[in-house]
Amino acid sequence: MTGSILFEAIVFLLGAIICVSIAKRLGLSSVLGYLFAGVLIGPYVLGFIGQEGEDILHFAEFGVVMMLFLIGLEIEPKNFWKMRKTIVGMGGLQVACTMLISYFLFSLLGFEWKVALTFSMAVALSSTAIALQTIKEKGLLNTTFGASSFSILLFQDIIVIFMLGALPLLANTSKTAVEQTSDHTNLLQNLPLGLQTLAILGSVVVIIIAGKYLIVPMLRKVAKTGVRELLIAAALLIVFGISFLMELVGLSPALGAFLGGVVLSNSEFKHELESTLEPFKNLLLGLFFMAVGASINFLVIAKSPFTVGGILLAVIVLKALVLYVTATVFKLKLNQKLQLTFTLSQIGEFAFVLLSFAFSLHILEQNQLDIMLVVTALTMTVTPIIGMLNERLLLPRLGTKESIKRPMDHIAKSQKIILVGFGHFGSTIGRFLRTHGVEATILDHDSNRVDFLRKMGFEVYYGDATRTDLLESAGIAEANILICAMDNPDVIKKLAKTVKENYPQVKLMVRAKNRYAAYEFLNMEIDHIYRESLETSLKLASEVLSQMGFRRYTLQRQIQNFIKYDEDSLRRLSKEKKIGDDSYIFKARKELEQQEKLLEQDFKRGIVEFDNHWDAEKIRKSLNKNEIVKNV
Amino acid sequence: MKKILVLFSHPNFEKSRANSILIDKIKDKEGVTFHDLYECYPDFNVDVAAEKELLNSHDVIIWHHPLYWYSCPPLMKQWMDMVLEFGWAYGPNGNALYGKKCLNVITTGGTRAVYCKEGTNSFSVNEFLRPFEQTANLCGMYYYPPFTVMGTHKIDEESLHNHAHKYNNLLDLLKQDLALEEITKFSFINDIPQLNT
Repeated sequence: MTGSILFEAIVFLLGAIICVSIAKRLGLSSVLGYLFAGVLIGPYVLGFIGQEGEDILHFAEFGVVMMLFLIGLEIEPKNFWKMRKTIVGMGGLQVACTMLISYFLFSLLGFEWKVALTFSMAVALSSTAIALQTIKEKGLLNTTFGASSFSILLFQDIIVIFMLGALPLLANTSKTAVEQTSDHTNLLQNLPLGLQTLAILGSVVVIIIAGKYLIVPMLRKVAKTGVRELLIAAALLIVFGISFLMELVGLSPALGAFLGGVVLSNSEFKHELESTLEPFKNLLLGLFFMAVGASINFLVIAKSPFTVGGILLAVIVLKALVLYVTATVFKLKLNQKLQLTFTLSQIGEFAFVLLSFAFSLHILEQNQLDIMLVVTALTMTVTPIIGMLNERLLLPRLGTKESIKRPMDHIAKSQKIILVGFGHFGSTIGRFLRTHGVEATILDHDSNRVDFLRKMGFEVYYGDATRTDLLESAGIAEANILICAMDNPDVIKKLAKTVKENYPQVKLMVRAKNRYAAYEFLNMEIDHIYRESLETSLKLASEVLSQMGFRRYTLQRQIQNFIKYDEDSLRRLSKEKKIGDDSYIFKARKELEQQEKLLEQDFKRGIVEFDNHWDAEKIRKSLNKNEIVKNV
Repeated sequence: MKKILVLFSHPNFEKSRANSILIDKIKDKEGVTFHDLYECYPDFNVDVAAEKELLNSHDVIIWHHPLYWYSCPPLMKQWMDMVLEFGWAYGPNGNALYGKKCLNVITTGGTRAVYCKEGTNSFSVNEFLRPFEQTANLCGMYYYPPFTVMGTHKIDEESLHNHAHKYNNLLDLLKQDLALEEITKFSFINDIPQLNT
């Protein structure tokens, strides 16, 4: 039944479309949808996909590479440097503890030391793909928990190189085995460990230099041609190129791609690259998750259910405990700790590579490999479910408890205003309100920030504001105004919808990231929309004109007029086309269309002469020539 | 029934005891449009078209403001500069306001006694209000003597309420198209017999 590429593509796509939309409808993360789609179409349920699932897994791992490239794009080198302590500290602690404990456990179970060591390496690693996708989907990358998870994952990406390097040393018949595995031969394999480290550092330097002096100039040339496909090709070339280079020297392509991203994060092509690669990344990651689902070997489970179940349980509990302790050492708040614990407690995709490599080196036997592969795939499936349970059942209790812990009458008194989101945008709002003695009830989902702000004397409550119970306890029933100042427009949309449906008396005042978000809010019939990019950019533009000699007061008035004109056109254009939940690919294109339309309108509007008053010129013109007199 | 437009301009209304008492009575009065300029145009960006529309639809225009440095607060002046356009309010074909009635309603900290030749302010209130009078003239409007509440620094609440009552009565009279000739004899419209019976 299998075989035809077209048929396989149809199976994968259909599986994804059906399962993910069901998952989303149920409010689950898309990762779960993909995983179940994989199980469903895999060899043991519907049997559409057979052994070729593993090849697909290898191919789809490329999605992880792209994801790290994209994340790298969002992190500027400066900030990356700031993270070094967390990366080494948290990551090191987590990997070392997990390896140590699991090594003893596996030894106790009677595995040979080499096998136990290999297993413990595999167990120490978490899944970048699953964890980061889940975190990004919830928009939590900027929270303490998000950043910590990311640091740990990054450390694992680095340490896996040394693990892969160390494996041949464990092998009984090293030389012959290495030659068998074409996958993992690389230039450095036969070098001593010290030189390997040097080579690794060398290739990092190569990426940094190439990014600056090779890639950016290339992108500029490509951009000049004005052919959009070329940019897509160039973007893909960059990621492929870096990966190839990394594999050549035996480094993790994901790590290389991440570094490449960081290097390019300062370049002018950042957003172009982002919008170009995003859809590829999403599709590949989806494919990757499905391949993981399809690779779960149910025969092995059936053969030794207790071994698999036992190891599965032990691994998750062990990883979770270590993560919890690590988070405690680094002083994360309880809810953040729990999220970190449940997000990272699976065995990651690196384990597939590590285990297969160890098998080819004859360190592992077939049945040992099978069991661990199954355990790995199962942990990847189970942890998103646990994470979801944590989020649905555990966190709400904690969140509400944290806010009730304070004197209840404080919230019950319920200031008339609720401010959701206390980042850069929201905090400015809160500060200004406060200078007027107006204390808004503030909700924020980063508990570390909440704690800090409480110390500063703000009334800040921790929690996910899209939850009705939290809104209730913050006093939404009596509130007059709710300010949505969160960063993520999708979250704002969700919150606005909840409030509009359940508390129609509350006036919504909404931060709009951009014009596009503003359209969506307008279509939801929210009247008070504040575009964060409008006034600041006009201020800058007017400053430019002022430097060129235009008078400031006139510019000030022109700004006021332009804002009015732009708001009008915003409202008009929002009605023209209902804009739904489009994916990024359409978003980017539509945004261009919009911009074109706006520029066209501006062109028609021309340079506006609107000040009739104070216009001495006009009055003079209306007089007769002979009325003009000398007046000395 | 004449329609009245009260153009109120006060940059610090929340601190003005006298004006809040005066306005309390009249702001929701039927036939009166109370237009709070500082509330509408905090950025001084007066919407000329909308203001012209308002002027067109009213018969009596009142400039209600405190007397600051012997004149009006800046937004009031901005309003005049921007709305009373050449070619609309004055100049060729500038007859949009022709025949309307117009007056100032002002509050002053100093008493009536200090606004005279011998007083510390040297001139009378009417003299200080000449620019408004002439503006009305140039636009072809009839200019009534001002309604004044003076000595607001020291005045007691009861007197303020009396003034507010009179202001309210004045608006009733204006709605009924107060005859012009008898009024111009008085320096202040407060003194006309109809308000003091």
